[in-house]
Amino acid sequence: MSINALPPLPVVLPLSVAALLIATAPRLPRRVIDLLAIATALAVAILCALLLVRSLDGPIVYWFGGWLPRDGIALGISFVIDPFGAGLALLASVLVVASLIFTWHYFDEVGVLFPVLTLTFLGAMAGFSLTGDLFNLFVFFELMSVAAFALTGYKIEEEEALMGAFNFGVTNSIGAFLVLTGIGLLYGRTGALNLAQMGRTLASAPADGLVIGALVLISTGFAVKAALVPFHFWLADAHAVAPTPVCVLFSGVMVELGLYAVLRVYWTVFAGVLAAHEDRLRPLLLAAGSLTVLVGGVMCFAQAHLKRLLAFSTISHMGVFLMGTACLTADGLAGTGLYVLAHGLVKGGLFLAAGILLNRFESVDENVLRGRGKLLPAVGVLFTLGALGLSGLPPFGTWTGKALIEDAAADLGFHGVSVILFLSSALTGGAVLRVCGAVFLGWGHKENEEGKTPKYQEKETKKKYTRTPLVMIVPVGVLFLLALLAGLWPTLKSETVRAAARFENPQGYADGVLEGSAETLLAVGPKQPPPSGFLSSVTATAGAVVLALTALFVRRLPQSLRRNAWRVGHPALAVLRTLHSGYVGDYVVWIIVGVAMLGGLCAWRFG
Amino acid sequence: MNFLPYVVAAWLFVVGLYGIITSRHLIHLIVCLAVVQSSTYVLLLSIGYRTGAGAPIFANVPPGTPAVDPVVQALALTDIVVGATVTALLLALAVQVHKRRGTLDPNRLRSMRG
Repeated sequence: MSINALPPLPVVLPLSVAALLIATAPRLPRRVIDLLAIATALAVAILCALLLVRSLDGPIVYWFGGWLPRDGIALGISFVIDPFGAGLALLASVLVVASLIFTWHYFDEVGVLFPVLTLTFLGAMAGFSLTGDLFNLFVFFELMSVAAFALTGYKIEEEEALMGAFNFGVTNSIGAFLVLTGIGLLYGRTGALNLAQMGRTLASAPADGLVIGALVLISTGFAVKAALVPFHFWLADAHAVAPTPVCVLFSGVMVELGLYAVLRVYWTVFAGVLAAHEDRLRPLLLAAGSLTVLVGGVMCFAQAHLKRLLAFSTISHMGVFLMGTACLTADGLAGTGLYVLAHGLVKGGLFLAAGILLNRFESVDENVLRGRGKLLPAVGVLFTLGALGLSGLPPFGTWTGKALIEDAAADLGFHGVSVILFLSSALTGGAVLRVCGAVFLGWGHKENEEGKTPKYQEKETKKKYTRTPLVMIVPVGVLFLLALLAGLWPTLKSETVRAAARFENPQGYADGVLEGSAETLLAVGPKQPPPSGFLSSVTATAGAVVLALTALFVRRLPQSLRRNAWRVGHPALAVLRTLHSGYVGDYVVWIIVGVAMLGGLCAWRFG
Repeated sequence: MNFLPYVVAAWLFVVGLYGIITSRHLIHLIVCLAVVQSSTYVLLLSIGYRTGAGAPIFANVPPGTPAVDPVVQALALTDIVVGATVTALLLALAVQVHKRRGTLDPNRLRSMRG
């Protein structure tokens, strides 16, 4: 089989196997189902890796049913595969493999539904990353969402899981409707659904209200999935209650795909027509990213529930990713790409490690677990490694990504960005390190006033293992190892910058898709990593360590200092906590506020 | 150009959102979500509408007969399928919530804060 027939397989294969499994489930023993699912995910990973390597030289364009475009008009549906899309699909499949292996001993009655839903989820994510058609993007978005809602509410015997899934479902559906409305408006204007053709048609006339309106609707719709403030509320609720192996996929890749969709659509459809407005767009996006970083980081540090803590850390990192892409340069995007890759691996590993704790102690509350982790030194070491990776300690891949983003922003004169990045790394890394100190070393004091924290999410396994099974520890280690590799791989950075330059070249994309011509590759000079990136990353990790130690040994600080800090910090934190009300109506209000704000700002900046 | 369908679509979107925000019952909330979604049906169909054109069925008609845009109709159909899936899933969740708690008032079901 030639490589030309490969592009649909990452979608077709998991969906077919999922259908096959559910049809034959009653006759298959559980281990066969598990093995088949893992083998499928592995096969998808290999396929995506092949496509990734192949797409380095130019985009792979695949037209379903042979409906090729004629005279620049595309009626057919295409997959357009570039290194970013293939890379995200690869990340998704690697995380699916890790979480399926992890579930080997995890659930008691895992049934067939878990692997089937996970494979469906994988197929949807792969299609979402590879498609070159806007409506196709919407359909895969919905398929991905529905599988994700079902996986969140997998433990239907827990009402918290049900409510988390419900809030997730309602908010993300509204996001999808916003996207669809935007798609409708764009179709009305361009008469096309192919991204390349839409971009070309739009670029032939100056931007007007309809174009801006469509941009706002599509971006905010996908921003709900990307959990950018103020669209982020569903994420923490869903992560706190979803089974831990599912959180790996949510935090590691699904949320990032929301941002990917915004970027893909922006750079293929809107970049041409909005090219003159780039300077006005940047501060807007950087501000939104900073807000997301700060809200996510502060809320992350304020959590005692480990999964919720990791969820808020994801929000904080989404802010960083937005800031990287907000530079609208190849370096910024490449930095984000590398950071997403390394963050997905590290965060996936951390969630799995949290799953080990949950399995062993039936709780993920820091105060409940304090000191009990001394029984699991290996997990403690892994957890600490993950925390350091999260804070961007070289040579983890998180470091290269962050350094690139910092550089890209500084090139444009936004030097404040490095402060925000520092805060993100220090707050999220510090929070996880604090948990490490508390759980595995027993440092710090039990806080009695926090004893009333809700006790959602307990127990995913009936049988308690006296020894942590190897299939649980190995995936964690492998994910961290891959994250290290991402930082050490010599050519990864230059290739990513090259791919990013192609990603941000709407002209080349359209030529490649509609004319089948080889993309005009922009010359990108390879840049040496500046030593400042190394230094600032180490500083951020040091900041994380200091924050964690301060939080753990807060009682040793002078009383007056503590009282003043409490007086300043507590009311602000209380307001922030109240906003996360757990009530879906409030979340929808915030979505409307966000749409109105972005719409107003765009009207003001571009008007 | 007739603006009425667009006004209707916008109205449905807004009124559905208002319903979701003020809802005191999960089933009511899910129906409001369906109302928001029907706004997208109206929008899609009105985008493809042409005055005086027939349905996009090309059997037994001479070539060149005006027809409304079949693409948006296909989109609306897909949208309906998606909507049915989401609604069914959310209703199933609501049924389970009711089994556990005996209430469907979202205010009494909040368990996660901060």
